[in-house]
Amino acid sequence: MLLIPCPNCGSRDETEFHYGGQAHVPYPENPNDLSDVEWAEFLFYRENTKGIFAERWLHSTGCRQWFNMLRDTVTYDIQAVYPMGTPRPDVSVPAAAESGTASTDAESTTTGTSAPSISASSIAPAATPASTTAPKGATK
Amino acid sequence: MSTEQLPEHPEFLWRNPEPKSSYDAVIVGGGGHGLATAYYLAKNHGMTNIAVLEKGWLAGGNMARNTTIIRSNYLWDESAAIYEHALKLWEILPEELEYDFLFSQRGVMNLAHTLGDVRESIRRVGANKLNGVDAEWLDPQQIKELCPILNINDNIRYPVMGATYQPRAGIAKHDHVAWAFARKCDELGVDIIQNCEVTGFLKDGNRVTGVKTNQGTIHTEKVGLCAAGHSSVLAEMAGFKLPIQSHPLQALVSELHEPVHPTVVMSNHVHVYVSQAHKGELVMGAGVDSYNGYGQRGSFHVIEHQMAAAVELFPIFARAHVLRTWGGIVDTTLDASPIVGTTPVENMFVNCGWGTGGFKGTPAAGLTFAHTMATGTPHKLNKPFALERFETGALIDEHGAAAVAH
Repeated sequence: MLLIPCPNCGSRDETEFHYGGQAHVPYPENPNDLSDVEWAEFLFYRENTKGIFAERWLHSTGCRQWFNMLRDTVTYDIQAVYPMGTPRPDVSVPAAAESGTASTDAESTTTGTSAPSISASSIAPAATPASTTAPKGATK
Repeated sequence: MSTEQLPEHPEFLWRNPEPKSSYDAVIVGGGGHGLATAYYLAKNHGMTNIAVLEKGWLAGGNMARNTTIIRSNYLWDESAAIYEHALKLWEILPEELEYDFLFSQRGVMNLAHTLGDVRESIRRVGANKLNGVDAEWLDPQQIKELCPILNINDNIRYPVMGATYQPRAGIAKHDHVAWAFARKCDELGVDIIQNCEVTGFLKDGNRVTGVKTNQGTIHTEKVGLCAAGHSSVLAEMAGFKLPIQSHPLQALVSELHEPVHPTVVMSNHVHVYVSQAHKGELVMGAGVDSYNGYGQRGSFHVIEHQMAAAVELFPIFARAHVLRTWGGIVDTTLDASPIVGTTPVENMFVNCGWGTGGFKGTPAAGLTFAHTMATGTPHKLNKPFALERFETGALIDEHGAAAVAH
C-alpha cells in the first residue's frame, strides 16, 4: 500500500485517496475544431509511462483536495507532490537519496514515511497553499 | 470435482535455439497469446520460419499469474463471438495439441447481490442465449445445490440474490496450456527464444523491417506484438501510441485442501473470484490497483477487501491460510475490450488490451491474430476490436461482463 504525502494533511494510507490518472492533460482550447482523431487522442489516449509518471490524486477522505504527484510506476517511489496547475517539477536528482523519503526497498509495499516526501523542487504546502483552481490550459 | 493427477510432462518440450538473423515473422511476447499466435501461423497459414521472443522465461508473465478461468458469457455480440470461439477451441485443443492440460468444464457462476446486478445478469443470460452461449439464471437455492459451501443467508451485507451460470465454462492448468502450445510450435519449426528483450525496431520509412534485441538484430517482414502489460512500451519504441493503461492485478492461493469447491464463483459486486485448483489450492483473484503500475505486486488493502468478501461468501474459508500472492500487469482499455489488428506502422500488428481476462481468450486471440498477421487484414472475429474504434466511437463496452472492475 502506498503512503501518500498529502500536501495539506501529511502522509496517509492510499485507501484515503482516489486516483485521477495522468496530470497535465489540458482540455482542448477549441473543442469545435477537433477532428475525430484529435477527440480520440484527448478522450482515450494517455501516457502509460514505465518510470516517473505525473499523475493526479484526490484526498477523498481527508482535505478533499486534488494535487499532483510524481511517482515511479516501477518502484512506486513517490518523488514529489505539487499543486494542481503548477508545472511538473524536475526530479532528475532522485528524491529517494535523501533521508525520510520514499523507500527503495524492493520488498517493501509501502513508500514514503510519516513526513511528506516532498523534494526541494516541489512546493511546500506552508509556503504556497495548494491551489485547486487550474490555470488556463490545464484540467483538474 | 476432479482430483485427477497432473499430466506427465512429455520428455521433450521445446528447443532453445539461438536467434537467426532473419525470420518471415517475429512475435514479441512468449506468453499464451504469443505462443497461440505462432501455433496458428504455422498450422493454418504455413508460416514456419518465425520466432517468438520472450524477455524473461516462457510464459512467465501474465500467463503464469492468472486465475485460469475460462468462460464466454459476455454481453455484446462482438465479445460473445470471440470468447465463444475461444471456448470451442479450448474444447478441442487438448486433443489437437496432444497434451492434457486439465481443461475442466466445471461451470462458472457470476453472482448478483443487488437488484441492479439481478437485472444486468438476467439481461446477460438473454443476450448469451441469443448468441448461442450456454447460460442460465439460478436462484439462491439452485446456487446452493451447485455450490453447497456458498453462504446464501440474507443477513449479510450483500446477500446472494441469484447468479448467471455457464455450465461449459471452467478452468485449465495454465502452465500446461503454455507448454502444450510451445511444444507444438517447436514441432512445427517455430523458434522460441527466451531471455530475449526487444530494445527497438528497425523501420524503412513507416514500414517495420526488423527488431533490435539484447541478443542482436533480427530482420523480419512482419512483427506481431503480444506483450500484454508492456504493449504500450513497445508501441512507443515503434513510434505510435496505444490507448492502454497498465495496472497491477493480483491473485493468491491458499494451502492445499480436500475438494470443497466444485465450480467457479465470481462476484463483480463484492469483488472476489474463487475456484479450487486440481491440486487443491483455493485460487482467488482481486481487483486491480487503481493506479498505473509495472511492479508485479499489488496493494495489500486490495487483498484485504477480497478476503473479506471471500469469507463472507464462503464462511468455510475463514481458517484457510494464504500460501502465496502475486501480481500481473494488465493492459486495460477504456471499454474493457481488447485491441487486435493493424497499427499505424506498416507490417506491425498488435494484440493487446485483454486487460484482466486474456487467459480465456488465448486460443481465439492466437487464431484471429495469426490470420491478421498472415493476410494483413482482420479476421471477422477480431475486426470489431481494431484500434480505429476509439476514433469511430464503435466501442465495445464490456465493463459489466469483464468481472474485474477497472
